[in-house]
Amino acid sequence: MRFQGKSHKFGDDVNTDYIISGRYKFKTLDMKELAKHVMEDLDPEFYSKITKGDFIVAGKNFGCGSSREQAPLAIINADISAVIAKSFARIFYRNAINTGLPLLECDTDRINPGDELEVDLEQGVIRNITQGIDIAVTPLPRVMLKILAEGGLVEHFKTNGTFNLD
Amino acid sequence: MGKTIAEKILSKKSGLDAKADDIVVANLDFVMGQDGTSPLAINAFEEMGGRKAFDSQKVAMVIDHSSPSPLEGVSALHHKMRMFADRHQIKFYDIGEGVCHQLIPEQGHVGPGSLVIGADSHTCTYGAINAFATGVGSTDLAAAIISGQLWFKVPPTIKFQLNGQLPPGVFSKDLILYLIGDVTADGATYMAAEYVGEAISALSVEARFTISNMAIEMGAKVGLMEADDKTTKWVREHSTLTFEPVFSDPDAEYAMIKEYDVSRLEPQVAKPHQVDNVAPLSQVAGTEIQQCVIGTCTNGRLEDLRIAAQILEGRKVHPRTRLIVAPASRRVFLDAMQEGIIRTLVEAGAVLVTPGCGPCVGTHNGVPSDGENVMATSNRNFRGRMGNNKAFIYLGSPASVAAAAVAGQISDPREYLRQVK
Repeated sequence: MRFQGKSHKFGDDVNTDYIISGRYKFKTLDMKELAKHVMEDLDPEFYSKITKGDFIVAGKNFGCGSSREQAPLAIINADISAVIAKSFARIFYRNAINTGLPLLECDTDRINPGDELEVDLEQGVIRNITQGIDIAVTPLPRVMLKILAEGGLVEHFKTNGTFNLD
Repeated sequence: MGKTIAEKILSKKSGLDAKADDIVVANLDFVMGQDGTSPLAINAFEEMGGRKAFDSQKVAMVIDHSSPSPLEGVSALHHKMRMFADRHQIKFYDIGEGVCHQLIPEQGHVGPGSLVIGADSHTCTYGAINAFATGVGSTDLAAAIISGQLWFKVPPTIKFQLNGQLPPGVFSKDLILYLIGDVTADGATYMAAEYVGEAISALSVEARFTISNMAIEMGAKVGLMEADDKTTKWVREHSTLTFEPVFSDPDAEYAMIKEYDVSRLEPQVAKPHQVDNVAPLSQVAGTEIQQCVIGTCTNGRLEDLRIAAQILEGRKVHPRTRLIVAPASRRVFLDAMQEGIIRTLVEAGAVLVTPGCGPCVGTHNGVPSDGENVMATSNRNFRGRMGNNKAFIYLGSPASVAAAAVAGQISDPREYLRQVK
């Protein structure tokens, strides 16, 4: 999977309440509607700044807090192609892969807001086109790559009826 | 080399000799969802082609986050849960039964050695009774309802050796806030936390739940404790199931051991807008508070309401603040009535809301206004958490929140406990 787009940068400890607030997420399962409020408490204009394929780039512990799967789903439905961070909180990490949102762990100090990036998920490389550098990515565990490659856990179960991760 | 509690439980439930960082598929003893996560799980269950729950006695859904429903959209999602529960004959706790993390142990579904997942991040609460219990999202919940299994990466363990006894007026909430402040919000990410030592032994099981509940706020996957006589007694009073306690081996390998002497700890507060933004309460004493909240899965149990009532007995909630109380469950509510605690709280000016999550998640029951300060016994103070991103949330023990309710500002609860009227 390859993606290209620009970087939208956030700080450390972006929690799932910030990704999608409890004010909205309990009301509906309409993810396109929820997507309009993605990251609203950090940047009220964020949704309108996204061009299809762009990346969220953040510091450490992205996705900490609540287990709400509406968080990765709101990001996917806002047309963000992947999240790049120094590290991820574990429940968000699972939820993202299960719902088919690619995550990349790397040194995000080498990415500035607005940088044009090209991501190759299989190769595990982020090319920062603006700065002309390649950034190495910590590879996902094999199990997660398998689930992601199959399009998420729903697809995995549709195919296998249960866990088949060997 | 010996094993930690986490390694032992995941080995047993997967049938493998599992060590930290291994990936295993393990059999689950209990599976839970709440009203913020279950509706998506029901959709995923159907998309996956799920036809029935792996074991209807081992699956529960709880309506606690927006309960009773404040909105038409929420009502539709609750209806969806009721239909699913009825069709699959799973355990179902409707509005007013309580917070999921009070109900699952209180109703006897889990105990020492259990492997539990819940679609709620605070599922780690049951680690206090020696269960490997962890939060997941809706799709994992759906997979677990169908298969009775889930894949886990076996976490390395960070051991918190807690020596000494907490001084009077300082509670398990103060201790866990202090630990989170020390290791920070991602200090234990992807690790199991084990809380051991004389400070833990001295605590009641109720007080221990508060500590395990907040393990996630340091990033931990589980917040485990060993089972002792208090655990065994508590579990026997709440469950008819048989459990096998799991202990860590003396030569178990830990990723890190952190040692603390708790005997001089002061009341602690988490300041806005991060749970690891912790300071001694004395540093923020005098901060005016417009709304006080006692309850939630962290601190809504009988013991918590009792200590609040001790402080509020014969006193009044300050005219410039309000006090909202949400008992953690119907049983807690009834027991608190029986003891006269509810009468004391209401006479002091408290507002009682439905047993459940209360105002904690910002859906109902007390959304603060712009610029207001809230002090709560809950576990998160993120910006916007209580439904208004222009409000400021401080976290503290039930005693500290009760003291703030009386004073209208952050105040040392020990002053009030010393001169109980």
